[in-house]
Amino acid sequence: MQNNFLRTLLIFLLIALSAGTVMAAQPLKIGALFAITGQASFLGEPERNTAQMVVDEINKAGGVKGHMLELVVYDTQGDATKAVQAATRLIKEDKVVAIIGPSTTGDTMAVIPIIEKAQIPLISCAAGIKITEPVKKWVFKTAQNDSLAVARIYEYLKKQKTKRIAILTVSDSFGSSGREQLKAQAAGFGIQIVNDDTYGPKDTDMTPQLTKIRGSQAQALICWGTNPGPAVIARNAKQLGLKLPLYMSHGVSSKKFIVLAGDTSEGIILPSGKVLVADLLPNSDKQKKSLLSFIKDYQNHYRAEGDHFGGHAWDAVMLIKGTIERGAYTPAAIRDQLEKTRHYAGIGGIFSYSPVDHSGLTKDAFVLVEIKKKDWVLVK
Amino acid sequence: MQLSEQLAQYLLSGLSTGAIYALIGFGFAIIYNTTSIINFAQGEFVMLGGMISVYFLSVLKFPLPLAILAAISIATATGAIFERLAIRPLKQATHLNLIIITIGGSILIRGLAMLLWGKDTHAMPTFSGNEPLNLAGATILPQNLWIFGITLMIIIGNKLFFNYSITGKAMRACACNRTAASLVGIDVRRMVLFSFVISSALGSMAGIIIAPLTMTSYDVGIMLGLKGFCAAIIGGMSSGFGTVVGGLLLGILESFGAGLISSGYKDAIAFIILLLILFIRPQGLFKKAETERV
Repeated sequence: MQNNFLRTLLIFLLIALSAGTVMAAQPLKIGALFAITGQASFLGEPERNTAQMVVDEINKAGGVKGHMLELVVYDTQGDATKAVQAATRLIKEDKVVAIIGPSTTGDTMAVIPIIEKAQIPLISCAAGIKITEPVKKWVFKTAQNDSLAVARIYEYLKKQKTKRIAILTVSDSFGSSGREQLKAQAAGFGIQIVNDDTYGPKDTDMTPQLTKIRGSQAQALICWGTNPGPAVIARNAKQLGLKLPLYMSHGVSSKKFIVLAGDTSEGIILPSGKVLVADLLPNSDKQKKSLLSFIKDYQNHYRAEGDHFGGHAWDAVMLIKGTIERGAYTPAAIRDQLEKTRHYAGIGGIFSYSPVDHSGLTKDAFVLVEIKKKDWVLVK
Repeated sequence: MQLSEQLAQYLLSGLSTGAIYALIGFGFAIIYNTTSIINFAQGEFVMLGGMISVYFLSVLKFPLPLAILAAISIATATGAIFERLAIRPLKQATHLNLIIITIGGSILIRGLAMLLWGKDTHAMPTFSGNEPLNLAGATILPQNLWIFGITLMIIIGNKLFFNYSITGKAMRACACNRTAASLVGIDVRRMVLFSFVISSALGSMAGIIIAPLTMTSYDVGIMLGLKGFCAAIIGGMSSGFGTVVGGLLLGILESFGAGLISSGYKDAIAFIILLLILFIRPQGLFKKAETERV
């Protein structure tokens, strides 16, 4: 009789315990592909740090609708092949419900066929306009389109009455996408490109190209690339005594560029997300609150400045959080809810996705900044 | 701006880069001449020169001359250790084995540099200021003058060392015929060590004088090493005049090619030249073809 009672008690306890674990919601796995090491680590590292920080904070506050978030991060090393391998792992082995990243346009274009086939939503942190144009059902991005950056620069040039420019672009995905945009939009702003040159991502001497530019009729130079190339160009330009105003892309919107270019960074103008000049924005700016809290959080967590690139990851995680809050737990539901996102004031800008727009941002996502005395200044 | 001024600029930029290639090429030539192997880790010594001086300058806050000295010493020590641990112990190794070992060594050194200092690019201050100087319509930086000056001194030093000092002559003897040299009483193994020491010192010097212009990171050694190798091949692996001309020629052709033809093909030009030389005149531009009596 005692034995019987004990056995019943044991079975009851076991059922109660297992029921308990079933009650607690399963953690939702979000995959992340970032170029944490390699040439693009200036993108992937802040993005990974930011994503981890946001997920940790969400979990500390109790998760989203009772679900904890689990971030599974793989390093693509800025290599498209590794990105594809990692994406396959995330989908087949880790069975994630959504993927954020990759960090670069090249990596993103490589993984798109895989995620379209597997039907998992992807929020890329890369800037190439090809990622969302034409619109692909499962692909979104949080980084501003390079077409918007070009428009910003051209707008300013038009105001300065600059008619003839030279462009110097890097020969990788980011640079060639920028070059396409520069060429496509020039005529619309009354600008003529008199010199169109390229440089390799690992080149250490651009004096031949700059010599050609020095001898041309150009009134300004736009350089489109990511570190360290533009820093070399800034130095070479000073060495050659090039008097042209120098414009850069948002690819160098981090303090690292100023460190590498040193004194030659003075006076360079580039488009950037608002995060670099958050404290200079008027209080009426809808993004100011998120921007300042991002910067403060990142500073507390990592004792470094949160930058434009980390912001892309912030937006990606928060957008997914938004979809879960609206009741989406499966890949398809998350994708549908992403498309319904309207007016989310994030770090990169104010996002409004739609079935025909998976990049979500307008020209206002960029501000023009100038480097003065090794710091950023808003250009009116 | 006049075409002549543009050409002058291409020429000067090309000479400056070419001088660096020549210095690196020396390293290849000296080791090849003493041991008949190509030391593919040469590029990594160039990288070490730049990276270590950046480390001493920015992290340990040494003054510039001291940082440079420290960098050259450590790079030279690395070269000596590399020779002792990787080259000397192998008594029965064929040349091919040793060359592959140097490739392995270069990957090891690169990996250690990446672990120690990360993958970031680092800037180094120039030796004497940033104001450009005008020369026949072209502009150069004081750093370029340093490059020319130091390369010239090293060329003269090399010439004197290999032609007028006993150790230098002993090393040339090893290059001619190792067995005969050891029969005459030359310690061939010590000469091999010297050749590595000199090459790594030269390589690190090259890395230090170019770093203020091009910035440095853990993987600059690959391209620089290959281009220096091209320079040495063009010059016929000579420890003197030939390699200098090879390096300068390479730098100038690269510069003109990038400026006048297409900047996208800059690296391709160096390797096309290498292929042409290997096809048409593999002994280099300045050597007579070697024939072996059977």
